Amino acid sequence: MAGTPLQIEREATPEPKLSVVDVLVDSLKRWVFSVQDYSLLSARSIKNLATGPRYFQDTLDQMDDIGVGSLPIVLISGFFIGAVMVLQTGSQFTRFGQAALTGDIVAIALVRELGPTLTGILVAGRCSSGIASELGSMLVTEQVDAMRAMGTDPSRKLITPRVLATVLMLPLLTALNDFVGLLGGCVASVFSLRLGAVEFWTRAIKALDFADLMQGFTKPMVYGFILATVGCYKGLNVRGGTQGVGRATTQAVVLASVMIIAADLFLTKLALYLGDKLF
Amino acid sequence: MTTAAAAATTNTGPAVVFDNVYLGFDEGDILRGVSFSVPARETLVLLGETGTGKTLTLKLAAGLLKPTRGSVSVLGQEVSSMSEKELLHLRERIGFVFQEGALFDSMTVGENVAYRLREEHVKEDEIQPRVKEALQFVELEHTADQLPSELSGGMRRRVSIARALINRPDIVLYDSPTAGLDPVTSQTIISLILRLRDVYGVTALLATQRLQDGFALANFSFDKESKHVVRTDAAKGAKSSQTPAATRFMVYKDGRIYFEGDPRELYSTKDPYLRRFLV
Repeated sequence: MAGTPLQIEREATPEPKLSVVDVLVDSLKRWVFSVQDYSLLSARSIKNLATGPRYFQDTLDQMDDIGVGSLPIVLISGFFIGAVMVLQTGSQFTRFGQAALTGDIVAIALVRELGPTLTGILVAGRCSSGIASELGSMLVTEQVDAMRAMGTDPSRKLITPRVLATVLMLPLLTALNDFVGLLGGCVASVFSLRLGAVEFWTRAIKALDFADLMQGFTKPMVYGFILATVGCYKGLNVRGGTQGVGRATTQAVVLASVMIIAADLFLTKLALYLGDKLF
Repeated sequence: MTTAAAAATTNTGPAVVFDNVYLGFDEGDILRGVSFSVPARETLVLLGETGTGKTLTLKLAAGLLKPTRGSVSVLGQEVSSMSEKELLHLRERIGFVFQEGALFDSMTVGENVAYRLREEHVKEDEIQPRVKEALQFVELEHTADQLPSELSGGMRRRVSIARALINRPDIVLYDSPTAGLDPVTSQTIISLILRLRDVYGVTALLATQRLQDGFALANFSFDKESKHVVRTDAAKGAKSSQTPAATRFMVYKDGRIYFEGDPRELYSTKDPYLRRFLV
């Protein structure tokens, strides 16, 4: 011990000087690699369904957590969104003496657009973050490595059940959101616009056609896939310990929400095109 | 499932072979040209400063990481070139005790220990007795229904050992099993490792920063007749024909093997760097 220097001398390695172009190229490379990794993760999550082992109980557990667990937020938000929609559109239609059309417009907007997208964003906020933080915590505490060391494929055990559960549950949550939204709208129209409840419901249901329902229930399946895969990707790529888990959780919500909104544009365009051709 | 003793007699070559292994990340190579072999039933103690690659060596041996250059063979199979699917079968013969235990925190102790058996679809009436036996080995049979968060650090390590030995592996990899524990609990963990080595005849790689752990493995053994840990000298003179398993040390420095030899060579070294470990 005597004579041992307090500070161990290490050979200094000079840091390489980077130009702005180097930094930009490096960032672009990282982005391309992340898109590649995300695509491979997403493709594998579907491919795992074709062969065993399949984790049926884990899928059921996730359906309970994602589906039943998201019910309160989806129902409460849906009710108020429907009520606000009626108030906003009703106030405009009243000016032209067409307040009765409020039910038609709110039903179409809710079922085609607001229901799926807002449900997707709400569930992304709740579940995408939860998935990222759960998987991120497992990663930093070596539980994922422990799983692999004991012969389990983490993609089959952790990712596929969550993706499948979300894809199955989100359309159901959307349906409930739409129903409760119309209920909220009905309450608002009765008390605010002085419309009859029966008239509101009759017009709302009659305004909807099959194309609207197709659009309204296929979009959530895509949104469910996005939010689950983004949550899993961010969680399983955590860097930097617990601070990294927090960062990944936030990034998962932001990225999933933005991707849902961007996907909405393309899905709406596709749905309208197919609706014209097929129905 | 073969016992470790039967597997050791059929496997004529070394249990673990590293051949000119390099492993690096963005920051550069951590392991640089590491080559060593571990005969069956031997214990290899890996020593070195933090960040020298001890944990990476264990993860390479388990196939959790792939080397950037060189090859790693375990039980005669080249793990560095095997796919993840092929590795799943080999890992049935490898037990891994992670640094903080890496227990699955949403499962009870019993479920953690039974995890591997359930993954292999072992019948439920066979699982319970084996879990009980494994927990009795680590003297924690009373904790089967508790969650890992309810256990102390030392207890979690012991459960991790029980989980690793449930399949009677041929090789057990220990990553700093006594890190962060008090001396008394550390002795309990080392006693368990001695029992595992001397009762089941496993080959072990133990990464540690505590030299006394390595010397304990070299100088003590578990006497099956008296069921106590005894000094190796005393065991040699005892009536039983038990031969203590060989223990070797390997010290890493700057990603390379700085020293490889038996405990006496390490203890009597004049090298100033190695002498610092003996303080």
